Amino acid sequence: MTTPAPPWALLAELTHACPLHCGYCSNPLELTRRSTELSTQRWAEVFRQAAAMGVLHTHLSGGEPLLREDLDALTRAAVDAGLYTQLVTSGVGLSTSRLDDLVDAGLHSVQLSVQHADPPLSDTIAGRASFRNKEAAAQLVKQRRLPLGINVVLHRHNLDALDDLLQLAVAWQADRIELANTQFYGWGLLNRAALMPSHEQLADAAATVARWRQRTDIELDITWVEPDYFTGVPKPCMGGWGAVSLTVTPDGTVLPCPAAASVPGLDAPNVLEHPLPWIWNESPAFNRYRGTDWMPSPCRDCAHKNEDFGGCRCQAFALTGDASRTDPACSLAPDHDVITSLASADSASAEVVRRRPTRRSTSTVGG
Amino acid sequence: MTATVWRPALPPGGLLRTDAARGQEVLLLPERVVVLHGSARRVLELCDGQHTVDDITTQLTQQHPGSARAEDIAHFLTRLHAQGCLQ
Repeated sequence: MTTPAPPWALLAELTHACPLHCGYCSNPLELTRRSTELSTQRWAEVFRQAAAMGVLHTHLSGGEPLLREDLDALTRAAVDAGLYTQLVTSGVGLSTSRLDDLVDAGLHSVQLSVQHADPPLSDTIAGRASFRNKEAAAQLVKQRRLPLGINVVLHRHNLDALDDLLQLAVAWQADRIELANTQFYGWGLLNRAALMPSHEQLADAAATVARWRQRTDIELDITWVEPDYFTGVPKPCMGGWGAVSLTVTPDGTVLPCPAAASVPGLDAPNVLEHPLPWIWNESPAFNRYRGTDWMPSPCRDCAHKNEDFGGCRCQAFALTGDASRTDPACSLAPDHDVITSLASADSASAEVVRRRPTRRSTSTVGG
Repeated sequence: MTATVWRPALPPGGLLRTDAARGQEVLLLPERVVVLHGSARRVLELCDGQHTVDDITTQLTQQHPGSARAEDIAHFLTRLHAQGCLQ
């Protein structure tokens, strides 16, 4: 077996705790408890091992990473390891002193989530008052001269506001905006019917993006993540299984993709038991769908197999019960009709289930 | 932007680094890795918002005679500006 090329990026899910309750969240339904989260020292070791392997970027994410009181120490550890650090935040809890501590620690950039351009609707989607926190956070980030990216997860309840969302990004002086149609994992999968957009909404949104991209009077980098339920083209999920990026979850579980915990029998390795190089290079979990040898028909004979890598394993499992099948998002997949029927279902009446930790009889710290 | 007054600088959050695992020089930006070939890193190290393109060209050709031509440096800087890697 040849050694795989090293990873470029590490998604560090520092905690699953979050002040927001967005129904589209891709975190797993079974959120990791705070008591089992990795310690500061463990994360520092993860960052060192990742950097030594070749990881260049780390995304300090969650949940809401600001709920880790040691976030400045974690950031400093990642920076000291040589990583480029991006905070992925809802903005809730990003006070002046908190941001200054992070800047002192060497934080390089911030990605801020926004749920809608209209404050009350943004708060409704988020499940709590948070829009004003986001507005203030954006201002602070720009005052500190950090690059600001805005991330919007799109669905039937905010796609019509795309023009206003782009306007908001300009008003908040964002450098980038990522307009990402909901990918249906975790809570998002649970709420799929309620979030599913209409064909008309998507066509209008794509036209809006195209119009904005032609503007030469603004310097806004616009990323549009297409909804694979509608395009007939599978997404090149994670740039290939175990090819570009790895995710470490709050308790130290290491996954080839943030949603991969859903794949049965994966036997996901943990940093408490194995060093990262072994996990990346040798663990059965990371080799399971690496490369093209595992592919079924029609992928194995397909001209696009090195472009889309057969699509997403987690989606194949979610929709067919078998993670090794061709992603049904592909128009060539034997199971493609599953996705076309879901994408054209009338979902106007479905209600969103809010993302919350599972109720427990014993109380734990935070959450 | 004109070549005579432009003082190129890395954008906020831009970071020059050695990627030891892959044996290359890189410019890191949010969500982006720009691999730098040849003398590209030396050029970008001079992009501090203080030096004009002419300054940069003069410095480089003095320090590393024959390593880069003035028009190549100007073309490289313009291309990186268009790609959002310089401001």
